Amino acid sequence: MKNKAQKWGRFLYTWLILMIVWYSYTVSLASAELITGIIVTGLIAALNFTSFTHYGFSLFHPRRILYILQFSFVFLVALVKSNIQVAKIVINPKLPVNPGIVKFKTTLKSDFAKMVLANTITLTPGTLTVDLIGDEFYIHWLNMTSHDEAAIYEDIAADFEKVLIKIFDK
Amino acid sequence: MGIFLVYFGYFFVTIGAIFLFLGALGIYRMPDLYTRLQAGTKASTLGAMSLILGVAFLEPDWWIKLIIMILFIAFSNPLSSHAIARGSYKHNLKPFSKEQIDAYEEVEESKEEQE
Repeated sequence: MKNKAQKWGRFLYTWLILMIVWYSYTVSLASAELITGIIVTGLIAALNFTSFTHYGFSLFHPRRILYILQFSFVFLVALVKSNIQVAKIVINPKLPVNPGIVKFKTTLKSDFAKMVLANTITLTPGTLTVDLIGDEFYIHWLNMTSHDEAAIYEDIAADFEKVLIKIFDK
Repeated sequence: MGIFLVYFGYFFVTIGAIFLFLGALGIYRMPDLYTRLQAGTKASTLGAMSLILGVAFLEPDWWIKLIIMILFIAFSNPLSSHAIARGSYKHNLKPFSKEQIDAYEEVEESKEEQE
């Protein structure tokens, strides 16, 4: 899979995504609204596509879409599981928290993949990305179960990283 | 068919309300800012998402807009909670930790030495 897309590809990709958002908010096929949408989103896309995407249409590669679906599934399972864990902690009268900031090294290469991993870790309750320097993640962990770096990595990030590597670093 | 959609809707709205309540309870009970951030912003992600999903079942005409809202919460929530946590660490608010585990401390100290 090619990672760096051409400029015009990235521009068209940004335009398409913005147009989809525009359509989903207006939900009408009246020509006046569509033409306004095409002009406005085209303008925004032309100004912003360099910071919007580095991948362009290569994200729609069928194999990538399959892996993105797999990632969403892994993420949803983790989200529900950890939400229930945090809920149990909050209900428990003794409040059994053991917070601390831990760090681990990631094996991901591209910046975008690291960003996705950081956001995923933050979005699952119980873990919060405080900072990301180079390839070291600093995580605030609500209920630490271990102090060993390998075990921390295994607990927090391993499941997500396996799929992310397939999506972005191949 | 329609009646099932309504039941699904009420089911998800109830789940969402329960998790939002637990999030609020967590803010009240946790010991310091970072743990409150955990309870307040995270327990509420699933809460808000399933609440909106429930509304999508109850009002099927709105589902595209509601899906966009779910995506917006999923993208913006981690950014804001990360910014709050990092910002308060930069303002020397030390996290509460029973076992005194704080790997981020060394980074901050090395930065101060450079200055």
